[in-house]
Amino acid sequence: MTEMALDIRNVSKAFGQGNRRWLPWARRRAAQARPATLAVDRVSLSVRRGEIFGILGPNGSGKSTLIRLVSTLLEPDSGQVFVFGHDVLAEEDTVKRMINRVSVDAAFFKKLSPMENLIYAARLYGLNVRESRRRIVEILTSLGIEEKRIFKPLEEMSRGTQQKVAIARAFLTSPALLLLDEPTTGLDPRSKRDVQDFVRMLRDKHDTTVLLTTHDMDEAENLCDRIAIINGGRIVALDTPGGLKASVQMGFRAVGSTVTLEDVFMKLTGKTLVSESEEEEVA
Amino acid sequence: MTAIAPKRSMWREISASYAFVERNFNMTKRYWGWEMVWLIYSIANALAITYIGAGTEAISGVKINVPYLVLYLLIGSLVWGYLSMVFHSISEVVAWERWEGTIEYTFMAPISRLTHLIGQTIYSVIYGLMFTCVIFLVVTLFFRLNLAGANLLGALAALAAGSVSFIGFGIMASVLPLLYPERGAQMTHVFEALLLLVSGVYYPVSVLPRWIQSVARVSPATYALESMRAALLDHAGWGALLPNIGLLLAMGLVTIPAGLFIFKRAERYAKRSGRLKRTG
Repeated sequence: MTEMALDIRNVSKAFGQGNRRWLPWARRRAAQARPATLAVDRVSLSVRRGEIFGILGPNGSGKSTLIRLVSTLLEPDSGQVFVFGHDVLAEEDTVKRMINRVSVDAAFFKKLSPMENLIYAARLYGLNVRESRRRIVEILTSLGIEEKRIFKPLEEMSRGTQQKVAIARAFLTSPALLLLDEPTTGLDPRSKRDVQDFVRMLRDKHDTTVLLTTHDMDEAENLCDRIAIINGGRIVALDTPGGLKASVQMGFRAVGSTVTLEDVFMKLTGKTLVSESEEEEVA
Repeated sequence: MTAIAPKRSMWREISASYAFVERNFNMTKRYWGWEMVWLIYSIANALAITYIGAGTEAISGVKINVPYLVLYLLIGSLVWGYLSMVFHSISEVVAWERWEGTIEYTFMAPISRLTHLIGQTIYSVIYGLMFTCVIFLVVTLFFRLNLAGANLLGALAALAAGSVSFIGFGIMASVLPLLYPERGAQMTHVFEALLLLVSGVYYPVSVLPRWIQSVARVSPATYALESMRAALLDHAGWGALLPNIGLLLAMGLVTIPAGLFIFKRAERYAKRSGRLKRTG
């Protein structure tokens, strides 16, 4: 595998009438069509192997669209995305075998138990089922879930527990690149810390590269090696947390304040961060 | 250390197909209350339709062959129940994932769409057969059915061939919820209702207006029902059944690959337009 885990090159994605121009009838009606919403606008970034890379942005800024483009659920209108050197369009199957994703809402069959959901995942990813059963118990108990609850329906569990199961599912498939789309949004502090510790452990012990979107400034600062701030579909800044803070330090020194990542964010985007499941309406 | 999920192999694809069978049966178990409701409704429905045959002599005052009519209606009820269940289960493959909120997870898994649809199809056929067998067994408690001399193997062959063609139609219909999240599911129900009307489920196609009879000729249910009735009621031999069975298989040979092709195109379109997500 190459040392470059993720390479996004000049990628754009619009939603609305504009992206249907490849259909003959849509092309004919393009003149009357309402304008497309540009969710991602010529974004380029690269993530090194073993890095935890954060994406910060206000609602509707294009964070989730970017994650969906990497996870093969969306096709870019222009530009290219490479995962460990593999084009997500041309080598979709290879890319799918390297990635897994945890979204803000744990996507599970909620009537089924964690064990049933994870065995389903194990089969889809071609894992040995007997071995997986043992590992599922091991992973979930290490995340603080009692063994007897592993066989109860997920709908009976708290959101925090469900999100831990989602993380466990991703870990079970040993992804080289883990896409985390606001994994801790809405979790209680204890669950949030458990998930963050687990993400760190994945990187440190299992060589997993992590692309993370979050609204939590502390999480971004403590967890991420580098952070990209995205606004209106464009990256407006990209650096280490320290580098980002240093870039706006001057103006704050004048009033004697200590710069926080939130200050950086507000200065660059003119917006505050609101914690919610993001830009569904845009995508 | 991270490891890339294993490459595709025949065994891996079989195991992945089984993932859908196992998952769906697990879901069936968890929704057992609704399954019982649906089973009771289906039994009552089959009995009610069959009793129309039993009561026709009393209603019309005309002497008729009641056992023949009872079996005629029962075949319609059971075969349609089975075929529509197969069609419904396959055509809802996308709508169901969207409803559960798992569509993105399933579609980003490293499996082929063929594997996905095969798994769903195997479940649909097994579930449909089990469900139909239970209804049949209950109905036999109420009616004395005379199947002496019936070509049972021929009837089963017609049913199997009918399943093949319905699977193709189901795959084609499953594209609609992929393209139009809510309207698509509505359209598949309308399509199913039209098949019920035109296919001669409870009456001969010949009683329908001529233009509907033309439509009936493209419904696989028409041929499956004609063959089943010929085998069970008229004791038709293989020679008489083979043309219809061949036609049903030919329909499947056309509709299954066509359905897969259309599904792949629709999936690509959904990825371009951003519809491959739980809210559509």
